[in-house]
Amino acid sequence: MGSGELLTPILMGVMLGGLYALSALGLSMVFGVMRLINLAHGDLVVLASYASYAVMTLLGINPILGLLITVPFMFILGILIQKYLMSKAVTIGTEAPLIIAFGLSLVIQNANQIMWSPQSRGINTVYSQASFHLFGRQLPMIYLLDFLGGIVVMLLLHGFLKWTYMGRAISATAQDTRASKLMGINTKRIYYWAFGIAMISAAVAGTFLGMTFPFTPTSGTTFLTIAFGTVIIGGLGSMLGTFLGGIILGLVQTLSAHFFGANTQMLTVYLIILIILAFRPQGLFGR
Amino acid sequence: MQSAPILSIQNIDVFHDTFQALWKVSLEVRAGESCALIGANMAGKSTLLDTINGVLHPTTGNITFLGQEISRLDPFEIVDMGITQVPEGRHLFPEMTVLDNLIMGSYTPNARRHKDKNLQRVFELFPKLKDRQNQVAKTMSGGEQQMVAVGRGLMANPTLIMIDEMSLGLAPIIVDEIFRTLQKIKAQGVTVLFVEQNVVKTLKEADRAYIIETGRISLTGTASELRDNEDVRKAYFGI
Repeated sequence: MGSGELLTPILMGVMLGGLYALSALGLSMVFGVMRLINLAHGDLVVLASYASYAVMTLLGINPILGLLITVPFMFILGILIQKYLMSKAVTIGTEAPLIIAFGLSLVIQNANQIMWSPQSRGINTVYSQASFHLFGRQLPMIYLLDFLGGIVVMLLLHGFLKWTYMGRAISATAQDTRASKLMGINTKRIYYWAFGIAMISAAVAGTFLGMTFPFTPTSGTTFLTIAFGTVIIGGLGSMLGTFLGGIILGLVQTLSAHFFGANTQMLTVYLIILIILAFRPQGLFGR
Repeated sequence: MQSAPILSIQNIDVFHDTFQALWKVSLEVRAGESCALIGANMAGKSTLLDTINGVLHPTTGNITFLGQEISRLDPFEIVDMGITQVPEGRHLFPEMTVLDNLIMGSYTPNARRHKDKNLQRVFELFPKLKDRQNQVAKTMSGGEQQMVAVGRGLMANPTLIMIDEMSLGLAPIIVDEIFRTLQKIKAQGVTVLFVEQNVVKTLKEADRAYIIETGRISLTGTASELRDNEDVRKAYFGI
């Protein structure tokens, strides 16, 4: 096997990683701002996959265009979850919101089960069969869209966090909640925003993941693990770290499929996450 | 001659869960003065500032600021009304630059309108910060960080600035510099309430002071009255 053979899985891994980074961003933001480990994050990503599936099958709208519907839907859902489920809980400690998130995860899984049956679904679009050429390799078009979708949304979020008062206030609250309150920031409102924005990342990630892989009501566990892994590898609080973490996980997955067969790819991902947790718990790029 | 009080606290009790931190505390801050709150660790100084700021709420008693009852309001409302706190330990946003820290100080609607004017004022007060505006806050020395913290407080366009333990852990020469800054802030018409453990220095700089012991105000007066007070001399000056 020549080294040229590796180019395909490497390119695919990098492109997939851009999307993984985006899905991890939501998990990282909610943890960074509220110290809340959102165990329901993966299920919310799947919920977004189903939402896009519904937009496509029921309304006949291209799911990428359909983001105009799914993104606001998930954003509002995120604010409602924060307002009515988490708001009180985050003020009294870390356990209560963790358990609420776990409960939410079960509810979403079962609701999806009832609405969509356990049967596997896929968002099949014109891109699903299309391909493009890069460095003389023929690659699935959807992976390019994954990467572009991930990058574009991450850059938009980066700009929002850096250049707007609201965005800066979110960063400030993540860095020092007490000081944020003393600056006159309404931290409760920041929490709504943080959860809402996390759900924007989940909406885009869920839509593209649904176009890339088949999904079932229980796929959330896999998505949560990938998001966790990305955050663990990248370290918390750095968008660049998250981006690199996503790409590393994408590469692990595609290279493992290349060398050991497709059914080992997630196992390798989990092993890598465990190994990094054991030897470098602050993450590869964490401080 | 006395000017009118802008902040008036009457008989407040404050609890941390079941622990009572403040007992029937009353205090007044008058327009344009620099008022000090002196006391040992755990006496309740920071609790009092947090209660004024709305981070904590009293179970009984009243707090009025410019004639308006504020003891039930949230911090973001109180900061917008013109009370800002420079917290103990500075609490800068560590990953942000000096400039971004200062801009965060002007977050409230009222402060945002005066952002450019206040930024200029802070840079005049601390020329060093102008040169270092793009430096990340956590990489600065303690004294420089304290300047950023005070500057960030001024960015809120305050009527009353409350500064908690600004000299803690800083070299004496820097402490002098920061106390001089306090005088300049006061000269610009901002009322100052500051918390200190450094009694000798405080009674030299402040117009008036309150002494707080285990959650109760034990003594109050002008700085010169307190300097001459026998109990104060015994307890804090060692004579």
